[in-house]
Amino acid sequence: MIPTPDLSHLTRHDLEQVYDPAEDTFLLLDALEQEAEALRKERPLICLEVGSGSGCVSAFLGKVLGQSSSLYLCTDINKHATHCTLATGKQNKIPLDPVTCSLARPLLSRLRHAVDVLLFNPPYVPTDTDEASSAQGSADIAGSWAGGADGMEITNRLLQDVECLLSPRGRFYLVALRQNNVPSIRSRMLEDFGLTSQVVIERRAGREYLIIIRFARATSS
Amino acid sequence: MVRLITHNLLACHVKGCTTNNFPLIFRDVEVELQETEFNPDFIRNMLSRLEWTALINAAKQVGDTSLPPEQPDMMDDELLQKLHHVLMEINVTDGAMVCQNCNHIYPISNGIPNMLLAEHEIG
Repeated sequence: MIPTPDLSHLTRHDLEQVYDPAEDTFLLLDALEQEAEALRKERPLICLEVGSGSGCVSAFLGKVLGQSSSLYLCTDINKHATHCTLATGKQNKIPLDPVTCSLARPLLSRLRHAVDVLLFNPPYVPTDTDEASSAQGSADIAGSWAGGADGMEITNRLLQDVECLLSPRGRFYLVALRQNNVPSIRSRMLEDFGLTSQVVIERRAGREYLIIIRFARATSS
Repeated sequence: MVRLITHNLLACHVKGCTTNNFPLIFRDVEVELQETEFNPDFIRNMLSRLEWTALINAAKQVGDTSLPPEQPDMMDDELLQKLHHVLMEINVTDGAMVCQNCNHIYPISNGIPNMLLAEHEIG
């Protein structure tokens, strides 16, 4: 059992501006724990979490893989979030390297086919399009949940870049809601980018039905 | 903390800025050293993902000249230790990174680079 990262350093003020880990976060931790052995076996070098928020998930991944065996890059559009991510890394003795930016934009050209573990717990709540874009524009806490049409507008932007980022043995873990239409996400990723996928874990949490999907390149066997 | 390992993976992403947009040049930096666990396998394996010349120049900009200008074919333990220090332990806490092509300035404050762009700069 890998302990949940210590977040006791985050203040009430932090959590007014940054997403407080909730059921979706914990389901992603459970998925990573379930896959821990397989992940360690791959000996990942570069991990990248898009939208790292409090930094809880990357700190957990660091505990799974080891503080010195991988690079843990974290991005978030919200500068309060990248500060929390840095602090959470320190608190848990996992060096996290946060970058304030949208999705993975400044890393795309240098991380071409180089990311071994990619994580994204996106803003997946269906809202209207304006709400999602203004939340991203103002780079505040609403950006952590407002997902636009079908809750997929921000996710879709990253999905375009996933194949480009993943290394040959790379794995991509995505958090989704049932309303996001998981079968359609999976078939699009297969048809457009040749990435196969599996549902790692799913759970009802209150009103939300949450699903963690893992994508990888099709093996030639 | 902008470590040199991270700096080696960041490029300018302003709309239309696609050549000579890497590496970004450090300007007015403040540096802090922070010890981290040495993992020779990690450093050795990571090298194929990094650009040596960009690393050497970045190290110079933050005042470290311990690495050879050309990447040696053989990596002995002493060199891996040095690389570990340069890549993992030098933290740029404040200052900026500037694109040598379009001169865009990406500020660094409290150890975090701000790579956000204004709407009209996004490609």
